[in-house]
Amino acid sequence: VAIADRSLKAPPPEQEAPRVKRGLLLVGLALLLLVVVRQLTDSTELTSSGQFGSSLRLAVPILLAGLGAVYAERVGVVNIGLEGMMVFGTWFGAWAGWKFGPWWGVVFGMGGGAAGGLLHAVATVTFGIDQIVSGVAINILALGVSRFLSVVAYGPETGGSATQSPQVHGTVFHVTVPVLAGGPLFGVHKTPDLFGWFERRHWFVVSDIAGLLRGLTADLSALTIIAILLVPLTFWLLWKTRIGLRMRSVGEHPVAADSLGVPVYSMKYLGVVVSGALAGLGGTFLVLEAAGIYREGQTGGRGFIGLAALIFGNWRPGGVAAAAGLFGYADALRLRSDPAIHALLLFVAIGTLIAAVWLWSRRKRTGGGVLVVLGLLALYWWSVSDTVPGQLVGTVPYLTTLLVLSVASQRLRPPAADGRPYRKGQAE
Amino acid sequence: VRARRLLLGFIAPASAVVLALLVSSIALLLIHKNPFTAFQQMVSYGIQGNSIIAIVNKAVPLFLSGLAVAIGFKMGLFNIGVESQYYLAALLAAGVGGALHLPAPIELTLILGTAVVVGASWALIPAVLKVTRGVHEVISTIMLNSVAVGIGSFLLARYLKRPTSASDLTTTTRPIPRSGWFPSLDRLFGIKNPVQELSGFLVVAILIGIGFYLLVWRTRFGFELRASGANANAARVSGVNPSAMIIKTMLLSGGLAGLVGMPHLLSFSHAYNLDFPTLLGFTGIAVALVGRNHPVGIGLAALLFGFLDRSAQILDLNEIPKEVVQIMQGVIILSVVVAYEVVRRLIQAQEVKATAEKAGAMARPKEEVTA
Repeated sequence: VAIADRSLKAPPPEQEAPRVKRGLLLVGLALLLLVVVRQLTDSTELTSSGQFGSSLRLAVPILLAGLGAVYAERVGVVNIGLEGMMVFGTWFGAWAGWKFGPWWGVVFGMGGGAAGGLLHAVATVTFGIDQIVSGVAINILALGVSRFLSVVAYGPETGGSATQSPQVHGTVFHVTVPVLAGGPLFGVHKTPDLFGWFERRHWFVVSDIAGLLRGLTADLSALTIIAILLVPLTFWLLWKTRIGLRMRSVGEHPVAADSLGVPVYSMKYLGVVVSGALAGLGGTFLVLEAAGIYREGQTGGRGFIGLAALIFGNWRPGGVAAAAGLFGYADALRLRSDPAIHALLLFVAIGTLIAAVWLWSRRKRTGGGVLVVLGLLALYWWSVSDTVPGQLVGTVPYLTTLLVLSVASQRLRPPAADGRPYRKGQAE
Repeated sequence: VRARRLLLGFIAPASAVVLALLVSSIALLLIHKNPFTAFQQMVSYGIQGNSIIAIVNKAVPLFLSGLAVAIGFKMGLFNIGVESQYYLAALLAAGVGGALHLPAPIELTLILGTAVVVGASWALIPAVLKVTRGVHEVISTIMLNSVAVGIGSFLLARYLKRPTSASDLTTTTRPIPRSGWFPSLDRLFGIKNPVQELSGFLVVAILIGIGFYLLVWRTRFGFELRASGANANAARVSGVNPSAMIIKTMLLSGGLAGLVGMPHLLSFSHAYNLDFPTLLGFTGIAVALVGRNHPVGIGLAALLFGFLDRSAQILDLNEIPKEVVQIMQGVIILSVVVAYEVVRRLIQAQEVKATAEKAGAMARPKEEVTA
């Protein structure tokens, strides 16, 4: 009876609370480490509100691409074409922004990205061609199409050219939280800037946290707020609603989903098109918030970083957000002074060594050993040098992802049928 | 049956080209340009003597890049990293070439050797990660592509850049001495006063193409390679070591990728600068797909892409944006794979039908008996 009982018991439901707790704990530890490094190296920029603010701005496009990747891969379609869809987003976002205004830019940018997603869906779902091949083709196509359209749309009289658009006038509105970060309230132009006051005191931990909070509450773009809200929304949609369950079932086991009456193709189309729209929104964000124009090569591989964030975040929206934050932070440091970048090296060294000890204590000797070597190398580099070249800081997201993939690949869990083409009626 | 297969094999790329022409015609019509005059101009410009030299010169690196991708494809490995493998290889080879002044054979050997070794080493990373840690090569090569951009621009700025003067701020490596220039074929073919010389790398490329064919279809290694690609489990069970195959294949692919930048470096630019051609690795994927991973097909596909690139130059003079060709290339890639897939399904359906008919013919007499 006991055996039968056990076999009848449903497998334990996925535990959400411990996962979230652990994630927050990790983020907290990372921040604490950052504060310690800031204290040791005396580079206040590491935790200034300016640094966190620009981290957020740089993280948003990565976050949007990463969330897009979540939708695509949760329905089992690998989307290498995110980069191209982001390019579509920059072009159409800038074009419509220049013609009709910033919010139309958002609409068209998302539409351009979604069109790219639709193309990917037609190629991979309907025709069942290799998803990587289709993605690569879309990336190449996006370059050609946007160049062609620029030549057509931006004649000399517009002030644009074959490689860039004219200036987009205005942008979406920005918000600064009143009282906490000194934003306006009821027509009062100046309210107290509480976080700013604490930040300027330079108290250990307190000022650092104030810096972080002020960075997250001052001068927020409406698009940033939308992007942040999309994280819980995506989680709710994919994990708490009926359609989300259907979408995920298609990515886990399309044959089983089909046998239960889930429209597999439609779900895949939906996921991939949403994915493209989000990547397009990310592209539009780059246009409206960073440059004010479309420029060729503007995406700078952020679609690929989004893919990296997806893996780093273990195919989950919360993880993607954390990864995007980390990558955005690394990116923002590049714009800061050299000592700050140099201090980051110490952060990397200590962080890697801590991770190594943790792995070691769990009897993962090889992974731990690799990390010890890397950590010591970083420590050595930090001690003998004064600066770290900015070009190398740009490689941080990619190297981190490679490291995570090679050290912790057992803990990662992509959707079971990710990347496999599915034809209706196929056997297992 | 074989003839029909061959025919179907040609129908796929042909229909892809037709579709590409169609899409680009629509694009041209939308901006009120006559597509027919545009295509006519492209063809008549593309078959001029100077154009043919330029097309061949453009096709050679694409051919090498296509081969580098194809050898991975043959065993089911997707090397998206050709892009960064050839980039780092060209950069470091240019650095080596610019630093040394040796007699021609040694100089050339060292430059080419550097390129092959750098390309192969950079490809070794994803291979090792795949074999030891199970990291998918597509993800790792994408990441490494971006890492290479950072490392490359750092190396160029810090170590390899030619010292600049106040008046000259171009970023470039030191020029490679004349002993490191690849001989041209102009004299051999009796070409006089060309706008652009015919690079001797054509010969190298043809030899590599033949070598590729022999290696993949006429050796034990090639058999194991194709067997692993066709059915990895069956190959493993019959004694092929998959890890060793992955390492060897990626090394070969990376080595070939290392050569992709060499025709341009050794025949034309003689230094690595910011104008160095990019995206050859990604176009190589396209070329390998269109050419079905066979050296002859890859050669033809490389010539097609070279032709499109070159003949587009005339369009600008006639106020037609030459970027329409990039759209064509994108459409060709996408539609050629779709076409191959459709053709494959058609063949499959036909086979199923034929078998069903056969089975029906065999079953019918029985039915009569029972009736």
